[in-house]
Amino acid sequence: MTAVTTAASTRRIAWTRRRRSLARFCREYAKSRAGMFGLCVLVLAGGAAVAAPLFISAHELSAVYAPGSPLRPPSARFPLGTDGYGRSMVAVTVWGARISLTVGFLATFMSIGIGTLVGITAAHFRGWADTVLMRVTDWFLVLPTLVLAAALASVLPRGVTTVVVAIGVTCWATTARLVRSQTLTVESRPYIERATALGAGHWHVMTRHVLPNVMPLVLAQTTLIVSEAILLEATLAFLGLSDPTKVSWGTTLQLARQVGAVSAGDWWVLLPPGLAIAAVALAFSLCGRTMESVLNPRLRERA
Amino acid sequence: MTTTSTDRPPVPRPARLPSRGGGRRLRLGPLPLRYVAAKVGGAAVSLIAVMLTAFFLFKILPGDPVRAITHGIPTSPEQLAHLRHQFGLDKPLAAQFGDYAVRILHGDLGISYQYKTSVAGLIGEHLWPTIYLVGTATVLSAALGLRVGIRSAWRHGSTGDRVNTGVALALWSVPTFWLGLLFIIVFATGIGPIPGLFPTGGMSTPGTEGFVAVLVDHLRHLVLPCLTLVAVIYAQYVLTMRASLLDEMGSDYLTTARAKGLRDDDVRRRHAVPNALLPTVTVLFINIGRVVSGSILVETIFSWPGLGSLFYEALTVPDLPLLEGLFIVFSGAVILMNLLADLLYPVLDPRVRT
Repeated sequence: MTAVTTAASTRRIAWTRRRRSLARFCREYAKSRAGMFGLCVLVLAGGAAVAAPLFISAHELSAVYAPGSPLRPPSARFPLGTDGYGRSMVAVTVWGARISLTVGFLATFMSIGIGTLVGITAAHFRGWADTVLMRVTDWFLVLPTLVLAAALASVLPRGVTTVVVAIGVTCWATTARLVRSQTLTVESRPYIERATALGAGHWHVMTRHVLPNVMPLVLAQTTLIVSEAILLEATLAFLGLSDPTKVSWGTTLQLARQVGAVSAGDWWVLLPPGLAIAAVALAFSLCGRTMESVLNPRLRERA
Repeated sequence: MTTTSTDRPPVPRPARLPSRGGGRRLRLGPLPLRYVAAKVGGAAVSLIAVMLTAFFLFKILPGDPVRAITHGIPTSPEQLAHLRHQFGLDKPLAAQFGDYAVRILHGDLGISYQYKTSVAGLIGEHLWPTIYLVGTATVLSAALGLRVGIRSAWRHGSTGDRVNTGVALALWSVPTFWLGLLFIIVFATGIGPIPGLFPTGGMSTPGTEGFVAVLVDHLRHLVLPCLTLVAVIYAQYVLTMRASLLDEMGSDYLTTARAKGLRDDDVRRRHAVPNALLPTVTVLFINIGRVVSGSILVETIFSWPGLGSLFYEALTVPDLPLLEGLFIVFSGAVILMNLLADLLYPVLDPRVRT
């Protein structure tokens, strides 16, 4: 009976401590104006992406039966003009957020997953596993990401999944390095030794002790990678490596270039998706940098 | 950006006494041979890794080439086996990779599907425009970025610093190709009252004659692509230089230097910046990967006849042998630059030699 109560109470203590540190984190975060600005932009963009089907019908996004005539400048009916097919730029930009954000997030989860796994494994097992894994990581770190991602996307069948895989497989190296160094610090603490002495196995130590301690840093890294992933998605789509039938910010820009909007000077086709990419990418990096500086006191003086 | 600064030894170098002659002397002792050998060996391993990746990416992933060739043509199993033997596909994978590596080291990168000429020759033809563009942009952005970064860090917290950091972050978030397209619309096509000032693409106008005319024409073509590329890589230099100089800001040796009565400018130039330069030099070289990616997009948009637009053309076909060759060249360039950075370190900073 005592065992049960102590287990429950230790859990309660852990949770209280976690809740308190979360509250402290939020307070520190709210102090940063740049961080709050980024968060607002993200909430706005995320909300627009989720709510898009409520006020944009599939008919408005049809390339064949587009509601307007192609490449018209802004007017009362189309506040941002029309794209190369005659679709409203407002609808296209808002809808584009869905694919861009989805791909950005999925690719980030993939790369964060790989990075965390590699980082923790390398730091936990040390020895030759560490050497080999870090050699591979370093190699991915120096390799030009776009070249590798583009080559991968061109070899695999075209589509949104391929883009996710291409970004996920190429962007994990920084995370792995970061997680490894954090894991090394965590594992040098006495409580890990105590846990091992009590009979904790590799799996228990890695998932119960190391992972929760690495998580905050990983979260900050996630937001930084999302902005990278969104930019890379737009780039790959612009190079024609994504599915051109899916409306995203990148494919919109690609279409604009294909139909000659650039040489005709049709600025309204280029500005909305580009600004959207820049705003979201900037917002994610602002959030990431703020989180990083809250979590890492060494950086705080710089902010 | 900040990770680079953490790799360094925590003890700052003691203030260097201004030498009597007034000139700064770099002590260029011979590099320790073991250090050089280790770095060159590491680069060689990386190069093998590049070939391994290229082999996997372009030979294994796309599937069986024999199946692709004979697609739709009735072939007997014996013929298939014969073809496989002819291409060396019946050997074990390790042996296939061996053949492949030997072939690449001999400079044989295969024949392009699209141009029907040797890939190595194509790359050689397109190499110089890229080096020219990337070199100019790197020099410009490094000169500009380091200056701005130093200024920002020295007066950190000021309005100028905040504006500079903001601009750098914004440029960092903007997609390269989009910026290039905007430049084309504004400066090449012309919008509203602004006339088209620069050509939309290419490297020169055909039919221009006379040395001065050709030179001017050439520079006019260079402005926009170069500007776009500078905008892309400038941000990283600013942010890195700023971060690494901020790391040095509180150091005791700077206080000492000030206590000696040195002017603020001298403290910055002679004491702070040389110490903060090392991480930035690293970034300068490692950044080449980013520059390569940037050049692919910039060259595509401005039809600059370099490796980047070649890569784009190869992507659209897709021309696998050409892609493969370019992949190896781009990755090789990055490895080479990293090796150079590693070899340059001990020259710049004696602490690394030990």
